[in-house]
Amino acid sequence: MKITFPHMGNMYIPVKALLEYLDLEVVVPPFSSQRTLNLGIKYGHEFACLPLKINLGNFIEAKELGADTIIMAGGVGPCRFGLYAQVEREILTELGYDYDSLVLEPPDKHLLQFVNRVRKIIGANSWWKVIEAIKFAYEKAYAVDLIEKNVQYLRPREKKVGIVDRIYNHTLATINEAQSYQSLYEATNLGLLKLEQVPRKSDETVIRIGLVGEIYTLLEPFVNFDIERELGKLGVHVTRSLYLSEWINSHLLMNISKRIKPKPFAQLAKPYLNYFVGGHGRETVGYAVGFAQEGYDGIIQIAPLTCMPEIVAHTILPRIREDYQIPVLTLYVDEQSGKAGMITRLEAFVDLIRRQKGNQQKRRAAQ
Amino acid sequence: MNLYLGIDVGSVSTNLVLIDDNQKVRYPYYLRTRGRPIEALKKGLIEMLTSLGPGTKIKAAGTTGSGRQLAGMIVGADVVKNEITAHAVAAVSLIPDVHSVLEIGGQDSKIIIIENGVVADFAMNTVCAAGTGSFLDQQAARLGLSIEEFSHLALKAKNPVRIAGRCSVFAESDMIHKQQMGHSLPDIIAGLCDALTRNYLNNVGKGKDIKPPVIFQGGVAANPGIKVAFEKALGVEIIVPEYYSVMGALGAAILAKEAIAEKERTEFKGVALINSEFNTSSFECQGCPNVCEVIELYENGLIKARWGDKCNKWTDALNVYQEIS
Repeated sequence: MKITFPHMGNMYIPVKALLEYLDLEVVVPPFSSQRTLNLGIKYGHEFACLPLKINLGNFIEAKELGADTIIMAGGVGPCRFGLYAQVEREILTELGYDYDSLVLEPPDKHLLQFVNRVRKIIGANSWWKVIEAIKFAYEKAYAVDLIEKNVQYLRPREKKVGIVDRIYNHTLATINEAQSYQSLYEATNLGLLKLEQVPRKSDETVIRIGLVGEIYTLLEPFVNFDIERELGKLGVHVTRSLYLSEWINSHLLMNISKRIKPKPFAQLAKPYLNYFVGGHGRETVGYAVGFAQEGYDGIIQIAPLTCMPEIVAHTILPRIREDYQIPVLTLYVDEQSGKAGMITRLEAFVDLIRRQKGNQQKRRAAQ
Repeated sequence: MNLYLGIDVGSVSTNLVLIDDNQKVRYPYYLRTRGRPIEALKKGLIEMLTSLGPGTKIKAAGTTGSGRQLAGMIVGADVVKNEITAHAVAAVSLIPDVHSVLEIGGQDSKIIIIENGVVADFAMNTVCAAGTGSFLDQQAARLGLSIEEFSHLALKAKNPVRIAGRCSVFAESDMIHKQQMGHSLPDIIAGLCDALTRNYLNNVGKGKDIKPPVIFQGGVAANPGIKVAFEKALGVEIIVPEYYSVMGALGAAILAKEAIAEKERTEFKGVALINSEFNTSSFECQGCPNVCEVIELYENGLIKARWGDKCNKWTDALNVYQEIS
């Protein structure tokens, strides 16, 4: 059995760690590329959102490397992602790609049915070992996020563009290779030490932008045109509403880990939206309010075109913009989007924030 | 006399503007890009540089538009700015208390909301270009009219017909259908203008707080039919500024003037440009499955710049080479 799974940013690191801890053979698909997308467009439904197309491409490319079993998340609620595991399996079967699949989702009939499905994958491993594996995988996700947050802080501040990202990529690779807690901690600490040594600019005024939106487009740099790196070049310190370890902790581990305190987004969203609209619609609204209250300079929402939950959030954001006087920009991405158009919007948005800040300072000086 | 140059290289037109120290427009120049931005830019520059009076000096240059990087590298720009900022700056310089800027160009349409003289909010068309200049151009050509004749016909309409404006392909089929039904040409064109403004306000303008003074600029502002349709839909007076078609370039010139105030000397290459030969070439990098199209810019046979690669492998290689030499 060779197990594969779709890419979503750095998610491959903890998932690979989890499966390998259980002595399972893993095939990580090649990083999402134009080829992945082209395969997805060719075989996916035109009006499906971007994640489905990239998932499909990932599975086809993993098959070429010998994978035969898929692990995929499912879901319930109004977002159509919940159905993608099934739709993708149908498409793959029709194309003659023979795959076994395990869909991780809340069981609809019996708990036992779910347990049996998981048992099929984990084989003879004890449940205790599964718990140990989850712990180790979570530790990796936490390390990845720790490094990433430092990188987000440093990108707008580094003297020569690109050094931080080179350290970042190398550190991710060493974290990915780590087989024990010892080597994981070593890799993480070494990464942090290197980042600390990066030469910084002295005079640059950094602005802070909160990135909110749909999880896949937030986490996968291939589909969001590397938005965080581009914003970094424009002198922006980016914070996302979603980090992998936080998401795992709140959605899969029921907030066992107390190391991180997520924003009470449902509470924050309440004046505007007090209903679960599917996907991350409520998170988007809640985090936008949270970022605004914390004095961020702007908010950018990013989502795949036609994403229903994010469209709901999009219509609410102008009210948050009004109430907190904070600039908001919404970006939809799909296979037709071009990087040039996105850069133009980001530049204009950052310009807007800088000019507004300049104006406020001038007015304050005049008083 | 000190002059400041602004260049806007767009999909349909390449515009040049010279302003003086008082931000007065001295030389507005509008020409079609025709898919060859370098040629268009050179033609415009040569005409401009040779027509300058004695004793004038270009102190700084700025570029904007979708070809801003390319143009910036060719002429040596002091500032390279996105078109939203440039358009907003130009609008504020003409009407200091302007609140809403409607801008429709060749393939872009945007709305800019301005508060206290700075941009507060903006939107650009994303996946749909229905209602931009290219579509109007196409329709005029289909009817065998010049774009100028086409745009004035709308004003003669008595009963504008209703046209589906959501998609330019379907709008065209709808127009053909209305023609075959026997509606008059002015009524159809006026109907099209209504449909395009409706499309603009429902997509680009969605959720934006449009308040007077409203200024309408970009190539499509030449079309009085669209202006009237906007006035009807919004119920406010629409101002079309004198230099509506070169506002991006005007903005770039003003930004260049601002930028040079904080610099010692300009990057602008000046008259030397006339004798320089610029070429571009491109190749597909086979380094990874992304197969990026890398573009190279040559000046007089020497490589000047590369772009288009996602990983910056080629861009960086050039920088290293320059650092060594």
